[in-house]
Amino acid sequence: MRGVYAGRPHAVLHRSFVALKTSNWFIIVTGFFEPLFYLLSFGLGLGGLIGAVTGPDGRPVSYAAFIAPALLATSAMNGAIYDATWNIFFKMRFAKLYDAMVATSLGTLDIALGEIAFALLRGLAYATAFTAVMYAMGLVHSAWGLLCIPAALVVAFGFAACGMAVTSYMKTFQQMDWITFILLPMFLFSATFYPITVYPEAIQILVRALPLWHGIALMRGLALGPPGPELLWDLLYFGVMIVIGLFVTARRLERLFMR
Amino acid sequence: MKRDSTHRNATGGGISAALKSVALENADGSLISARGLVKTFGQLRAVDGIDFSVGKGEAFGLLGPNGAGKSTAMRMVASVSKRTGGELSILGMDPSLRGPDIRAHLGVVPQEDNLDLEISVRENLVVYGRYFGLPFSYLRPKAEELIDFAQLREKAREKVDNLSGGMKRRLTIARALVNEPDILLLDEPTTGLDPQARHVLWDRLFRLKEAGVTLVITTHYMDEAEQLCDRLVVMDRGHIMAEGTPASLIREHSSREVVELRFGSGRNEGTAAAISAAGLLGEGDRVEVLPDRLLVYTQEGEATLARVVASGQRPITSLVRRSSLEDVFLRLTGRSLVE
Repeated sequence: MRGVYAGRPHAVLHRSFVALKTSNWFIIVTGFFEPLFYLLSFGLGLGGLIGAVTGPDGRPVSYAAFIAPALLATSAMNGAIYDATWNIFFKMRFAKLYDAMVATSLGTLDIALGEIAFALLRGLAYATAFTAVMYAMGLVHSAWGLLCIPAALVVAFGFAACGMAVTSYMKTFQQMDWITFILLPMFLFSATFYPITVYPEAIQILVRALPLWHGIALMRGLALGPPGPELLWDLLYFGVMIVIGLFVTARRLERLFMR
Repeated sequence: MKRDSTHRNATGGGISAALKSVALENADGSLISARGLVKTFGQLRAVDGIDFSVGKGEAFGLLGPNGAGKSTAMRMVASVSKRTGGELSILGMDPSLRGPDIRAHLGVVPQEDNLDLEISVRENLVVYGRYFGLPFSYLRPKAEELIDFAQLREKAREKVDNLSGGMKRRLTIARALVNEPDILLLDEPTTGLDPQARHVLWDRLFRLKEAGVTLVITTHYMDEAEQLCDRLVVMDRGHIMAEGTPASLIREHSSREVVELRFGSGRNEGTAAAISAAGLLGEGDRVEVLPDRLLVYTQEGEATLARVVASGQRPITSLVRRSSLEDVFLRLTGRSLVE
């Protein structure tokens, strides 16, 4: 660990907070409203036509209550991904920020952890606000519902770590668009708006391999409850994403900036 | 998982004492020691077996044209680039094993400014100091001291984006001093600056030199090397061609004076031959033909020029000057520093 970690990710996080006041707040705020608009249009609008659907435990729930946890997982993902991809891409390729950081006594793991911490804080902020909306609209049916917030932190951490790792391989803006190209269908098809059982068996296996599906299953289990032990698999999935994402990111930073 | 103990214990002005109490030097007393240092990128041998050492308080220069391997050597010393071969010891430590520990005691001014453009001048100093694990109680007064040093008092609250090139360069140097480094590494410190900004910068560097800061400077400007460096190596294509003080290098590798003669394009070559053939040169004098002019290396410039003119040659322009490091480089490599 010596050489890659100096115990100072907080110094990198501090930098992000200092830079935050010059950020584009409009973009930051839209990240919260996007899932909210989905909830209002699909949950209330479309939900009126659909009526009740089958919840994770087999009981019927309102359509809005069914999609709200999925949108919560999506907002955690989006918050983390925005920062860990586009912002990191700019810092890596144009701002030369990491060139400056590696010349100090920081290690590459400090940089990776500090940057990812900021990305997941953004995911956490969106998720917390969205959870508050869910409570206000009476969409949380389980006593475990409040655990959606720490769970969102785990989901955001996984996406932030892997997002930064993937971004480290990107060289052009065109390549960055691929990330959006992958995230949008993942958002639409991860059993977000209907139960996974609508898919044939083969497609279900494919969907279950996607990270967002695990985020959605985790949130749905906590918000509509009662949560079963299968949620531990979802947590493990994100645990693996976090470890691999961090490891790859630290290695890539070394490759890119310490040649 | 190790924190830098020297920095963690340091508070306020105590950092100097904390840093200086540890004798950080190599076994031979030098601060930097390189033996047979090699760096390859694929097929390219960017640094091809160089030896040098830098002592405490010294201003050491790496002079050479672009692509000579200076910056690559500098990055290895800065412990951000791993060597391919040879030995390198910095402050008694091996950079491939203890990079962060070495970097804690270095100040780095890279060739291209990499200031944090999203935050202010003052914030740049504090945020950068945090990367070293320095406490806010030390950094707040230190940032003010460095703002004055960089002559940026009026700009302290401005975003770095709004600074001129010279101001950015001064801030980069100030930032490199935030951890009170044992060695300050400057990679092409004045490249791209206008003459006035260069002189302001040189003045700042002189002050550091006077204060006893060990400087390592790469440059392709011979005037910069002559002004700032106590000792330097001349590099070309990954190799060290010569080493010494600016004065000793000029003494060993060039004549005392140089006569520059221009005869117009196409006539230089023939005239050079004529001057040599006519016996106008003194003992040890020689003529170098450049595309645009002749350089006559001689002990007595005025006398040589008088003999050339008396022989009937009519140069369009003529100039007698002292030899410089540019001449040393030309002599050693057959090429000019700035092409």
